[in-house]
Order: sequence, then C-alpha cells, then structure tokens
Amino acid sequence: MTTSAIANPTSSAHAVTVHNVSKFFGRFPALLGITADFKAGEVVALLGGNGSGKSTLLRIIAGLARPSDGSVQATSRLGYMAHASMLYDEMSGVENLQYAGALYGIASREHCASAMSSVGLDPGLPRLVRDYSQGMRQRLSLARAIIHDPDLLLLDEPFSNVDASSATQMLALLDDLKARGKTILIVTHQPELLRSLADRSIVLSDGRVASDSRGIR
Amino acid sequence: MRPLIVLFVVVTLALLGFGFYQGMYAAPTEQTMGDIQRIFYYHVPSAWTAFILFFVNFVASIWYLMKRRTTTDALALASAEVGVVFCTIVLITGPLWAKPVWGIWWTWDARLTTTLVLWLIYVSYLILRRFSDSQQTPTLAAALAIFGFLDVPIVYMSIRWWRTQHPQPVIGGAPGSGLDPSMKFALYSNFVAFMAMAALIMWFRYRLAVKEQRLEEEHRARTLRSQLREVR
Amino acid sequence: MTLLGLAATNLQKDLRLEWRSRDTLNALGFFALLVVVIFSFSFDPSAEESRRIAGGIFWVSFVFAALVALNQSWARELRNQVLDAYRVSGAPPASLFMGKAFGNFLFVALIEALVSPLFVIFYNLRAIGSLWMLAAVFLLGTWALVINGTFFAALCARTRSREMMLPLLLLPISLPAVLAMVEATTAILTGESSPGMWIKLLTGYDIVFTTASLLLFETVLNSE
Repeated sequence: MTTSAIANPTSSAHAVTVHNVSKFFGRFPALLGITADFKAGEVVALLGGNGSGKSTLLRIIAGLARPSDGSVQATSRLGYMAHASMLYDEMSGVENLQYAGALYGIASREHCASAMSSVGLDPGLPRLVRDYSQGMRQRLSLARAIIHDPDLLLLDEPFSNVDASSATQMLALLDDLKARGKTILIVTHQPELLRSLADRSIVLSDGRVASDSRGIR
Repeated sequence: MRPLIVLFVVVTLALLGFGFYQGMYAAPTEQTMGDIQRIFYYHVPSAWTAFILFFVNFVASIWYLMKRRTTTDALALASAEVGVVFCTIVLITGPLWAKPVWGIWWTWDARLTTTLVLWLIYVSYLILRRFSDSQQTPTLAAALAIFGFLDVPIVYMSIRWWRTQHPQPVIGGAPGSGLDPSMKFALYSNFVAFMAMAALIMWFRYRLAVKEQRLEEEHRARTLRSQLREVR
Repeated sequence: MTLLGLAATNLQKDLRLEWRSRDTLNALGFFALLVVVIFSFSFDPSAEESRRIAGGIFWVSFVFAALVALNQSWARELRNQVLDAYRVSGAPPASLFMGKAFGNFLFVALIEALVSPLFVIFYNLRAIGSLWMLAAVFLLGTWALVINGTFFAALCARTRSREMMLPLLLLPISLPAVLAMVEATTAILTGESSPGMWIKLLTGYDIVFTTASLLLFETVLNSE
C-alpha cells in the first residue's frame, strides 16, 4: 500500500490535491478512495453525518495522520482548528497567542494582540482560557490557527456550541480571509451559516464522496 | 517452501537430540558439582541465544523506523517474544542449578542479574505492544526496543561493578575459569541446537504475524473494491 | 527562532503554567515527604547503619516521587490537543522535548533539595565524603530519571492505562542508573569506597539516553 507525501503542490492553481485517499483504522474504513482538488481561494464546506470521515480527511490534509492509501498534496503554510482548542487553560488569551506565534518564529507582541482583536477579543483581557465561554474559546482557537497568516485554513466544526455573536465575528473574519485569497475548508454541521461564504460543498457519506456541488443546498 | 520447513524441523530435532546426548551423557561429570552441573548446557546456550535474538530485535526496530515495512515489524515482534522465552529458561535454570549446589536460590550474580533486567526490559516491550493503539504500535515499540538494547551494555557494566564491590558466589564459575574440551563441545553443540530451534520458532511466529498483516490488507482491498464497484 | 530559543520558550511556558496551578509541585512534594516518613517507620536504623542505607532509601523515594511528576508531564498538552498545533506548525520537536525535560528536571530537583534536609534530620546523616561529588550525583541521577521519564511519558501518552504504563517501561531501563545513584550516594555518605566509577557510569548513561531521546522524539510525536 502506498503512503502519502505531503508536499507543496506542483500546480499553483490547486491549493490541495487529494488523490484516491483511503484510511483504515484496523478494519474500519474511515475513508474510501477520496479524490478531490481544491483551487486556491476556494471556500469549501465539508458536510456529512457522524462517522462519515470528514474530520479524518481534514487531519490527513493537515498532515496529522497518514492515509492508508493514496496521496495528498497541500501547502505547508496551513492553519488547523478542531474541536479541541489546542490552547493552554492556565494562560490568558494573549499569552496563548504569543506562544503559538513563537512556534512560527513570530516575536511581535503587537501582531499577537491584533490577531486577538481580529476575532473580537480584547488582548488586554487577563482572564485565563479556562474561564472563557465556548464562543470565546473557539474564537481564540481561530486566532491561533491564523497567527502565521496561512494560505490554507482547515476548520473542523468551528461553530459547534458557539453563541450567535461569536459565530458572526468568526464569519466576518473568514469573509475577510476569503477576500484576501485564502483557501478555506470547513467541516460543519451547520451549513446554513456558510450560505454566503462557501463556493462549494462536498458531502461525505460512509467515507466516500456522495456529492460535490456549487454553493450550499 | 513446505519440504524445506520439514527438513529444517528434522535437522533441528536432530541437533537438539545430539546436544542432549552430549550434555547429558558424553560430557564428563563435573568433579565438584556432580551431574546437576549438566544444567549448564541449557543455561548458558539459552543466554547466548536470547542475547542474539534481542540483537535481532534491535536491528529490526531500527530498520523498521527507516523503511517502515510491516514485515520488518513482524520480525521485531517474533524475535522479542522468542527472546523472552529463552531468557525465561535462563532465569529458571539458574536457581535450579544454584539451590542444590550452593544451597541458595539466587545470588545476584552479574550474569544472572543482567539476564533478569533484560527479561524485565523485553517483557515491558511486549506489554507496550499489547497496550498501544495498533496503528502506532510498531513505531512506539521500535523506539522502546532501541532504548532497551542501548541499555544492555550499561546494565552489564553496572552489575559487574556492583558485584566486584560486594562479591557473592558466581553461578556457573567466574568468567575465565577453564572448561574441559569435551564440555566445550557439549556447550557449543547445544548452542547450535538452540539457535536452530530459536530460528525455527521465530520463523513460525514471523509467518503468523505476516499472515495476520496480509489478512488485514486483503480485507481492506476487498472493502475498497466492493465500495468502488457500488459507486459505478 | 533557534532550536534553543524555542526550547527556552517552551520551558518558560511550562514554568509559568506550573506556577499558576502548582499541581505538580504540590503532589510531588507531599508524596516525597510521605514516602520518606513511611520508610522511616519501616527502617529504624542506628546512626551507623543509617549511613549505609540512606542512599538507597533516598533514591527509591525519589524514583517513585518522580514518577508522580513525570506521569502528568504531558497532561496539559494532551488535554486540549496542543501537540496537534505543535506538529502542524513544523516547529522542531527537539525544542519541545528539551523544554519539557528541563522543566521536569527543575521540579524534581527542587523537591529533592527541599526534602534532603529532612533526610539529614531523620537519619542523623553526616556525609563523610565530598559534598561536591554528592551534588554531582544528585544532578546526574535526577537527569537520568527525568530524561527517560519524559520520553517514555510521551510514548505512553498514546497507550491505554497511561499512568500504569510509565513505571512499567521506565523502571527496568532505569535500573543501572538507580544502582549507580544509590551506590555512589552510599559511597559518599559512608566514605567506604570511591564513587568515581559510578559517577562515570551515570554520566555515560545520561549522554546515551539524552542523545537517543533527542533523536527519537520526533518519530514518537508523529507516530499517528
């Protein structure tokens, strides 16, 4: 069985190329022969029921999991956001962003502060993340994912359990990112939120692509 | 393949039989310890065999991390399991020998203690394999195997130094004590026989592991084919 | 950012987090104290004997206490999947490992420094040998436990029964180091033999396993 190579795509038109990707967990088929290309600047909604493989596909594109078969090519400048916040509960918001920035060699405090403002959070807030609401936490996690200005953004259920105001702020940021030409893949159970944002929607079912169409139905 | 395996089994049995004869009958009786000393012909070759098998495990683990072939991991698993078995034989024959001869079960002698630590390390390796998620088992186990084998010389040196500071009776004679040539012959014949047996058991274990892997792969391929057929 | 620079950032982050909750330090400190007291009840030595066994008791207590600290050394990273963010960033895993190992080293060494006076008091100890050598044994020995402990804790993070696995994996491989620590400490306390060989062994152990950990950590981190 061939294994993947995550490399910069040879074609600059495609930000992500997924070719015949399958993923088995033991005998359980999470993904079966997924093939899809994502152009630079596209915003795609990944939909499907529980266990359809959406999160697994995102993790493989992010380079966090290896496919059992097939290959993926994606730009290495990517941001990833999942249900887990990937934040430290015992640090404040801006401290978390400063740490996340440090991983990319970003030392500027202003940069981290402005990233925090861009999701509608006050950088001066000394509150620790463990005392954040879910909406605040998701917003901060999004700020963390984009701290290094990635070209590709992979979001796994960013709006789950998030209040309407937080969701609105996140969507505003995503609109802005789209306008700047970023490629965004969003896994969600709430497609209606992406009606104006998404160019395309892919529905996964039992590990296979069930439909791939323009806009959100 | 079949006739070759049968031949190998026959040869191994023959070697074991020959070794048994040499150890139990042909070799002269040891002057101070008597016939109980003949356990030595099982105790020492088991130790050498176990050590060689753990070395195979070490090499296979490194090779796995470099090439990522599941068959290499199967070799690592097989060598560790069979190695632990031979290690256990050493740990059982040691006290069985020590009790009648010196009146004590255990002496913390350098070689026996090193074998005990080795046994603990490789049993922990097998436990890790059992308790980890099957996706990651080969990688995690390979890392542990490398650490474990790197530790072996350090363990041996530390215990040797410990025993020179606090001397205790040495099971099997101190290294360097002379061996009658016919005893050496019995020792080496049993060593060859044990290596043959180890290779044989490892071969079967390896084949079993590879077959299990192949079954998995076939199941996956079948799933893929049937799913893709449905799409068309 | 350089490899060491990022390691320092990681260390700083861990120190800050620990200072805010003090989970590890409290648990570690209290556990170490308990073990010392229990051993004091179990072995009630005269002043002569105490020098002979104090080394062993000290290190056995600290091996178990260190396990408490090491077991949860990756807990904050695992709780919210921070390691995923680290992997995606492409930052060098060696920096993460060094920062974490050093943090663990500081915590365990701190508690050792706090609990040692108790040992001196309970066992009426007075070192006959060189105190500098004793300090060297403490540092080298603690590092030996911490470097492998941090690595194996990361290894066990992906297994069932995580807390049970760490001692099972760590203790066998640490045996020669523990032997060296105990023998060296006893040699210094009693003045009856030279700890030189043991210190050399510990140094060799530390070098071998620090190198192995640094080389293999990335593989373990990305083993999914």
